[in-house]
Amino acid sequence: MIEVRKLYKRFGMKTVLHGLDFHVDTGEFVALLGPNGAGKTTFLRILASLSRPTLGEVWISGHHLPSQAAAVRRRLGVVSHLPLLYGDLTAEENLRFFGRMYSISELNQRVAEVLELVGLSARRRDLVRTFSRGMQQRLAIGRAVLHDPDVMLFDEPHTGLDQDASAMLDHVLREVAAMGRTVVMTSHDLARTGDLASRFDVLSRGVITASIQRSQIDPNQLLAFYRQALQGTAS
Amino acid sequence: MKENTTLVQVSTRSQSFGFFRAMSAVVWKDLAAELRGRELISAMLVFALLVILIFNFALELDAETRSTVTSGVLWVTFAFAGTLGLNRSMAMEKDRGCLDGLLLAPVDRSAIYFGKAIGNLIFMLIVEMIVLPVYSLLYNTNLFNPGLLLVILLGSIGYVAVGTLLSSMAVQTRTRDVLLPILLFPVAIPVFIAAVRASTGFLQGIDMAEIQPWLSLLITYDVVFTAVAFMVFDYVVEE
Repeated sequence: MIEVRKLYKRFGMKTVLHGLDFHVDTGEFVALLGPNGAGKTTFLRILASLSRPTLGEVWISGHHLPSQAAAVRRRLGVVSHLPLLYGDLTAEENLRFFGRMYSISELNQRVAEVLELVGLSARRRDLVRTFSRGMQQRLAIGRAVLHDPDVMLFDEPHTGLDQDASAMLDHVLREVAAMGRTVVMTSHDLARTGDLASRFDVLSRGVITASIQRSQIDPNQLLAFYRQALQGTAS
Repeated sequence: MKENTTLVQVSTRSQSFGFFRAMSAVVWKDLAAELRGRELISAMLVFALLVILIFNFALELDAETRSTVTSGVLWVTFAFAGTLGLNRSMAMEKDRGCLDGLLLAPVDRSAIYFGKAIGNLIFMLIVEMIVLPVYSLLYNTNLFNPGLLLVILLGSIGYVAVGTLLSSMAVQTRTRDVLLPILLFPVAIPVFIAAVRASTGFLQGIDMAEIQPWLSLLITYDVVFTAVAFMVFDYVVEE
């Protein structure tokens, strides 16, 4: 579903990704772990077609990036630590706007369904700027699944959420966003990703330094695995 | 299994229809948000009225001199107020990462540019239509001249065409408020010169043959910069 070969990304003189190779099968939920500055967000922005690779090959759902970016974007749903929503529009208006951008037919019905899925039907006519951070993230997930994408990209979706809001977001992630879809999620919160992902990859200094299936590791050993992967890069 | 609710039908309508649909969606979104917040037009309007008021006190003019400086005062006011609006309009896209949300849509990105530019043009024209009668009252000058209105329309199109493109560049930087006028004013000089000359020509009743070259310059500028923005917007917004 996602194939990345020898990916490099440079910003001026600074190289952020150093020949990264990455592969995700259909239906996998990959947690991309790594410290701040490892290149997780840069990598996700390239997968989302928001940033252009300097060198290397990126294929998503059989479409090449950046040459077939529009076809890739139709199959992608993206949730980041920012909600990507307009504060001066209501929840319903936001979804209707993005629905029009994706040319979704029977839009009113789809918007009502998505609001129901993320538990915001009662607040559909409220302005997004009046929402709590947790509610904004739930609506952001609604926006991302509105066009029923095959691939979901999450970039630190728990940032800025308290424990209750994070638990609620996890529920929405599992029940709405991740079901049946191919998912890549960046995070440095091991406890949360341990429950959600089917595979853990460690990204450090611009390359994937370690990868392990959830079935191959005791959840309690995830922290040790992560530290070991980072130490391997440092040495 | 994906949620077993209603099957989502993503239509495969023609690209041109998708282009206009996306463009109109962006215009609708900007107008709806502005109708709620009223941040952009009110800021532009208050600023424009203050500039006119300051000029009114600063320049104590007789009737004859007034007719020669009117177009200059008007275009300085429109340029400053327009910069304020362009900055605010793009900053709204940067808040909460909305610009990324727009760029993730599977549409030709120039549709986003044209949507933003049309929205900015509507806001600028609204402000101009309020400023004109206020100026007429303060300076005791009749500005309701069809020729002048045509110049204001053409000048605003050119200014917004290049301003929307440059504001989408400036918004990526930390110093966006300062950067936009520094980038925009030098590039927009042909618009200001042509607009001021053509406006003065219409207000002083100069022969149309003398005004025509300035109108032609305005039209050429509008066409060239709209075409340039259409071609480069995708590269400007992508990292």
